[in-house]
Amino acid sequence: MNARVLALLLLWPLAAFGQGFAGLGSDADGFALPQRGYTFDFPTDHGAHPEYRIEWWYVTANLTGDDGAEYGVQWTLFRSALAPEEAAGWSSPQVWMGHAALTTEDAHFTAERFGRGGIGQAGASDQQLSAWIDDWELDFSHMTASGTDWRYDLSLSETGPLVFHGAEGYSVKSAGGQASYYYSQPFLAVDGTLTIGNEDIHVTGNAWLDREWSSQPLAEDQSGWDWFSLSFDDGDKLMGFRLRGADTYTSATWIDADGGTTAYTDGAFMAEPLENSPTSGPEVPVLWQVQLPERGLDVTVSAINPDSWMPLTTQYWEGPVTVTGTHTGRGYLEMTGYE
Amino acid sequence: MRRQALIALLSYWRRNWLQFFTLLAGLALATALWSGVQAINAEARASYDAAAATLGEGQYTQITANNGLPIAVEDYVALRRVGWLVSPVVEGRLDGVRLIGVEPLTAPQGIGTTALSIEAELPSEPTLWVSSGVSVDGVTTVETPELAPNTAIGDIGLVSDLLGAQGISRLLVLSDQPVRQPPLESVVQGLNVQTPQGGSDIGRLTDSFHLNLTAFGFLSFVVGIFIVNGAVGLAFEQRRPLVRTLRALGVPLRTVIAIMAAEMAVLSLLGGVIGVVIGYFIAAALLPDVAATLQGLYGADVGGTLAIRPVWWLSGLGIALLGGMAASASALWKLSRMPLLAGAQPRAWSMQAGRGRVIQTIAGLFMLAAAGIFALIADGLVTGFALLGTLLLGAALLLPMVLNAALALGQRLAKGPVWEWFWADTRQQLPGLSLALAALLLAMAANIGVSTMVSSFRQTFVGFLDQRLAAELYVTARDEEDAVALEQFLAGKVESVLPIEQIDVEANGLPAELYGPIDDRTYRDNWRFLSQVPQMWDIVQAGEGVAINEQLSYRGDLQLGDMLELPGITLPVVGIYGDYGNPIGQVIIGREVFKELYPDSQALRYGVRVLPEDVAALTDQLVSEYGLPEANVINQAGIKAYSLDIFERTFTVTGALNWLTLGVAGFAILMSLLTLSGMRIPQLAPLWALGLTRGRLERLEILRTVMLTAWTFVFALPLGLALAWVLLAVVNVAAFGWRLPMFVFPTSYVFLLVQALIAAGAAALWPALKLGRTPTSHLLKVFANER
Amino acid sequence: MLKIRDLQKSYVSAGQTVQVLKGVSLDLAGAETLALTGESGSGKSTLLHLAAGLDVVDAGDVFVGETNVGKLNEAGRAHLRRDVVGVIFQQFNLIPSLTVEANIAFHARLAGKYDADWCKRLADRIGLTEQLGKYPEQLSGGQQQRVAIARTLAAKPALVLADEPTGNLDEETAAQVIALMLELVSETGAALLMVTHSSALAAMLDRRLHLRAGQVA
Repeated sequence: MNARVLALLLLWPLAAFGQGFAGLGSDADGFALPQRGYTFDFPTDHGAHPEYRIEWWYVTANLTGDDGAEYGVQWTLFRSALAPEEAAGWSSPQVWMGHAALTTEDAHFTAERFGRGGIGQAGASDQQLSAWIDDWELDFSHMTASGTDWRYDLSLSETGPLVFHGAEGYSVKSAGGQASYYYSQPFLAVDGTLTIGNEDIHVTGNAWLDREWSSQPLAEDQSGWDWFSLSFDDGDKLMGFRLRGADTYTSATWIDADGGTTAYTDGAFMAEPLENSPTSGPEVPVLWQVQLPERGLDVTVSAINPDSWMPLTTQYWEGPVTVTGTHTGRGYLEMTGYE
Repeated sequence: MRRQALIALLSYWRRNWLQFFTLLAGLALATALWSGVQAINAEARASYDAAAATLGEGQYTQITANNGLPIAVEDYVALRRVGWLVSPVVEGRLDGVRLIGVEPLTAPQGIGTTALSIEAELPSEPTLWVSSGVSVDGVTTVETPELAPNTAIGDIGLVSDLLGAQGISRLLVLSDQPVRQPPLESVVQGLNVQTPQGGSDIGRLTDSFHLNLTAFGFLSFVVGIFIVNGAVGLAFEQRRPLVRTLRALGVPLRTVIAIMAAEMAVLSLLGGVIGVVIGYFIAAALLPDVAATLQGLYGADVGGTLAIRPVWWLSGLGIALLGGMAASASALWKLSRMPLLAGAQPRAWSMQAGRGRVIQTIAGLFMLAAAGIFALIADGLVTGFALLGTLLLGAALLLPMVLNAALALGQRLAKGPVWEWFWADTRQQLPGLSLALAALLLAMAANIGVSTMVSSFRQTFVGFLDQRLAAELYVTARDEEDAVALEQFLAGKVESVLPIEQIDVEANGLPAELYGPIDDRTYRDNWRFLSQVPQMWDIVQAGEGVAINEQLSYRGDLQLGDMLELPGITLPVVGIYGDYGNPIGQVIIGREVFKELYPDSQALRYGVRVLPEDVAALTDQLVSEYGLPEANVINQAGIKAYSLDIFERTFTVTGALNWLTLGVAGFAILMSLLTLSGMRIPQLAPLWALGLTRGRLERLEILRTVMLTAWTFVFALPLGLALAWVLLAVVNVAAFGWRLPMFVFPTSYVFLLVQALIAAGAAALWPALKLGRTPTSHLLKVFANER
Repeated sequence: MLKIRDLQKSYVSAGQTVQVLKGVSLDLAGAETLALTGESGSGKSTLLHLAAGLDVVDAGDVFVGETNVGKLNEAGRAHLRRDVVGVIFQQFNLIPSLTVEANIAFHARLAGKYDADWCKRLADRIGLTEQLGKYPEQLSGGQQQRVAIARTLAAKPALVLADEPTGNLDEETAAQVIALMLELVSETGAALLMVTHSSALAAMLDRRLHLRAGQVA
């Protein structure tokens, strides 16, 4: 029994969080649905879309310390709407949840924040990319988050254009047509400081921002996904996901070093688990074979820290990975819906 | 064989129903007293815990606005945005119901959730979780029995709407905070952080009441154990001839002991069950008062109905079983060592108890020595209670020795053969009565101790109220602008206006509230100091010294003359005053110094000195002419009367418990005398034969018990005062950080003596009358028949 | 010293009225010793109890000296026991909480006739000078009865009533105790009425009266 349970009782549609990602397949009554052929409008679309049920600002970063040690950092802000509107004050139906993590080869620090809309405790600007919850902040020039005994303060700079997935940012998630708006900024150079306990660690590396919003991103039968964002040493990048359901549904975007994209529909991208590993949560695959034959890609993706479980209100695995095989590089892996 | 032996042993009870009743009643009463007090305590505690959990007080550091006004939502957000993990609470009363609004997304774990289970129906509309019987118009309510009484809890948005609240009542500071955060005052000014220094206001105040009850529970437990021990011991003593017969008939000793142990366990549980039931009714009868007391004292609501809580009925059964078995263990041990042919005659007393008495005296002295050591080192609740325990046990163990000495003195001083016999015979009866008398001793000492503590508390508190609520009226301005206007409005209309303003400071590194009162006769006339230098107020107002409260003096180890470092100034301590019910340190400096240090500070609260007969008119003026909300004008007489009323109710409970303890001790005496009365006849018959009438013997028997009670009282008085001292000077300091001055109340002790003598006389009446009515033929049989 | 005329006494026992004494008369002069013998239940102890004012007369007269005991109320009878007669029982004569010395002096002090020298002499005569500080339960049965005799005679009663005073003692000790008692009684000049079932002991006294079924045989 904890405060979170009370949260569920008082604000029950928030149960979407508590029930896991599978709950995202529920009805979309009253909420707007993504439409094919939508024209993005910036900076407005960097901000929140309260008429959609769910939305996130999601940054993952692969970092290297001065001594060569590998680190991963995650900064996520989820928005969940109880009703398709925004209102001022306590009556706002918008609920915000922040997740942050700092991963080393042998440790995984996580933190979670909740906040409600309407009062400014959490939100996102429509003037520029800028999202926050409490003292956690994200924009294109910096990113910061902290837990009780760790913290990161990172400077960011854009080194390439925004990238749109699927059909010009309309990303289909199932054969039944569930979809979301989905764009990324995978070209972010990072320079900053990680703090673990009393120790400050200088790091550099690259980050990847995902922006996605929808009202019904998953089909009823889909139980979770495995999502990869890989940055190869030659500058090319790959975003690919595999939605697990009655049938597996895959989708991918190949991103050239200059930002040019090629979208791949269901079946082109393949990801097969090779090896499971115990975590502080359930057992999950931490070694994958990932293939995109049309690009001659056949790589092994392995977790830097197999125990990158996020033991928060919504539980999933999220951590940095290394890539070997036809291509080499590093990236991030997210696995949801495991129990 | 086992069955036959069992039947034989049980048949004893059929012939001695009175003894059976004594044993069972002793067990039941001891259990009842214990479980009754436990029940009251558990119930009050459970209600309080629910309240505390609902409020989130007692566990969390809290932030409130210095001016007592709501905190703006913008300030809350500003704090969150720099990494202060705080959660807002909106609180208020609506039609007498305490409404609490929490922000579930940020609330710390455990806040407001005690009662809410995951099984609760998911609401689809604005919902309040309410304690039983509470309803709020226009809102869906879900009854949640575990919630503190008369409380409704819901989302902060809903509750703010219902209360029409602007802003936030207070902020809870979560226990886990980010690794880095800026100082509070750099974010929002005028906020006050109250760290739970071992508990918040409501916690420590309610605890002082629980302490009272806990002490009582502890004492009643000891009294109960004595009674159980006495009843069991006598029952075994009486069956020694039967045991000899059984063994002579070939029943192995081990079988006899096993049967008797099993019998004892069954009896203990039976007595325990009866006792728990009686205890429940005692508690139920007293609980409305307990509830009223707590509610009045601390604004904490206590449920009016008594829930059967496994904790206390299990503990009641446990006590009965433990007490019964412990008592029979020594009796069984004695039995196991008894030679087959010895001791056919029950010997409930003996002049040969000498060696046992020496051991008991040594044990008693050892206990008192331990108590002395505890008194020297006691620095916490555990050692405080250890001190109580050793003191009481030591005194109880020494009682027979002390009484014996007193009786020997009486014997030496006695004139005439009858009186010599009276004292000598009383001495001889002592072993048979000593358990009952020990119970009486503890009951009286407990009564003296607890009533002294409560009375001292009351006396101190009344003085404190006189000091702190010296002004006739207290008014609160709505804001700083209003305050200035209010001062102007009052000027000339009243004797004096006393601004009450406080600044949170660090005094020698400790958190404290800084006050700068104006120089007024109110302070000079009413404030009482634990210690002070001459002309203290002159020195303070001249800016050359500070007065501090007792809490700060304890915490900072500050005595008169020590230097106190405040922000911007360091001054010597020239006065220390008692401050009851407040956990935080206080410092008083002169008005001018205060204004120099804090030129921008503006009081919002004022004490107003005005002739008593003008209070009503001025109140009226303030409300109707000046337009101050009625709630902002407080009549101090009302507050004082209210506070005193609360103490009267506390007395009702302690008074009722006093009578109960005394009654149980009286019962113990009655039962001991009844058990002894059978053995008394051979002792009294020779005197009758020598020419004393039965009526005279009857009066002497009553006098004997009354006299023993009086002597026990003489011993109980210093013990009770020592007990009170421990409660006030050791336990209270450990629990609450201040020492209560001890006052003695001779008249109430005399009243207690009279009470005790009445109880003892009543207890002695029946056995004495029974003795007086003994037919002469029964007396004559003593001389002729083999008994 | 003791004059009994047509004394009657009955008890209610188990719902039945039992006539214990059916008109007994006897006379006992000062300084005379009389043994009252008879079967168990013959009424001899009852007669002694009535003479001592320990029980209430149904009919007939009991005179101790000039006092008609049957006319006395409870206080009067207590006064009689305290001041005029001395009673020695079979057992439990002594006050357990008092020392031997205090026991010996008790009755005399109660009656206001305490004489320290006489008490000391008595203690010497019964041979318990060394035991004065002891308590009754520390003495043997024979010693206890000797203390009882000393206590009774310490008060110098005019009439000593002894109810099977040696009933709990062996024959040899019994004879010694009775001899001592007779010796001391004759020294004080008191009259003695002793109830006994033993013919041998009865023979040691001046006279003997036998009761059978509530009547003088």
